[in-house]
Amino acid sequence: MSDYNFAYLDEQTKRMIRRAILKALAIPGYQVPFASREMPMPYGWGTGGVQLTAACLVPEDRLKVIDQGADDTTNAVSIRKFFQRTAGVDVTTDTTEATLIQTRHRIPETPLTQGQILVYQVPIPEPLRFLEPRETETRKMHELEEYGLMHVKLYEDIARHGQIATSYDYPVKVEGRYVMDPSPIPKFDNPKLSDSPAIQLFGAGREQRIYALPPYTQVVSLDFEDHPFDPSKADHDCDLCGASASYLDEVITDDQGGRMFVCSDTDYCTTRTGMGHRGRLAEDAA
Amino acid sequence: MSALTGGFTDPAIQSAQGFRILMQAMAHPGTIHDLALAAPPAPLGRAAGTVLLLLADPTTPVHLAAPAPDLAEWLRFHAGCPLSDAETATLALGRWSDLQPLDRFPVGLPDYPDRSATLIVELDRLENDGPRLTGPGIKDHARLSLPETAAFRANHARAPMGLDFILTCGDQLACLPRSTIVEDC
Repeated sequence: MSDYNFAYLDEQTKRMIRRAILKALAIPGYQVPFASREMPMPYGWGTGGVQLTAACLVPEDRLKVIDQGADDTTNAVSIRKFFQRTAGVDVTTDTTEATLIQTRHRIPETPLTQGQILVYQVPIPEPLRFLEPRETETRKMHELEEYGLMHVKLYEDIARHGQIATSYDYPVKVEGRYVMDPSPIPKFDNPKLSDSPAIQLFGAGREQRIYALPPYTQVVSLDFEDHPFDPSKADHDCDLCGASASYLDEVITDDQGGRMFVCSDTDYCTTRTGMGHRGRLAEDAA
Repeated sequence: MSALTGGFTDPAIQSAQGFRILMQAMAHPGTIHDLALAAPPAPLGRAAGTVLLLLADPTTPVHLAAPAPDLAEWLRFHAGCPLSDAETATLALGRWSDLQPLDRFPVGLPDYPDRSATLIVELDRLENDGPRLTGPGIKDHARLSLPETAAFRANHARAPMGLDFILTCGDQLACLPRSTIVEDC
């Protein structure tokens, strides 16, 4: 422990964030404005997620932090250390052991369970922002459920590319009401948003917005009858653990066109390797 | 009991632990949770007192539905919240009959539905029976002993605007956000 208040933020700030979380849970998919604080890390490094985590943490928590699925990348390591120091919580890389998971742009492959909390770091919380830059207008569009423009964007994808080319940040509709930005998770992860037993909280620090999905909430990816949503992934198996149903990163291994595909979720891959599963290049990697 | 006692003994830790329970309750409408970290002046239950200390501060006007001088003094000391009328309240506390009529409380704006009041309702009985609840946060359905159903149905019909309810009874609480569909059984 250190001389910081528990979980860094002062009590008044945490109360303000907590009130916003409760309203966000009561109105699934709606973006609740909150008075985001400056954190000891730059915007874009998860200040929204960090503030949510700080407001939710209890000393008994086991915290897991992932960045694009990996537990060992800079962002994940520094946020984990931050809360070890300011909240004195235990940390873990095991998805099943974690009680609170802060994530940047992935949902763990291992299914979440009731009681777990998943905190997303969100850069642009407004799904309509790149279609309409004015906040006053997008707020009106949400109020009136005026989401035709989003379907025009998806249609233009089809007209230009023959398919919906949006592969991450894929817009969803929550409980038939609000169109929501699921943060830049790959669309492969979108089906996991719906009907999850875990509480999902989304925090955008620079944009000062919090939104949430309570457990067992219906989340539908936008699509068309003749172009149904397709949660695609690279058409390979993991080269380390052989998993055929996990999201893969492509890694260039030489300048001769050599490449390998590995699970983006490092905990999932390591667990499978530990259980004896082997992929195409497992010996090389060992 | 003096107004000076009965607050959190370890505010940072207790408010974190208390909020975690309150958040689980709001995320799973209709589930009953124990929460008794603060001791407000009688006759207010400990769950309601704890919720007030978790959420109220100088930025949140609190409406007390029935006059309660001891409680007002306790809140001023421990939470520092202004006491207000129903029309401007962020939080309101009272028995179901004292809180009527509900249309006095702010239900948010069409573009800012979060600017609505949260009502803490003290009940004599809180059990998992009675009206049937469905909606976000509820896996199949839940049941909760509500004082009535018409008011909660009207509240849901206004969603995304509307009021959110925290129902308390002694050391226990359950939540009923505006997103929950309430049906007579």
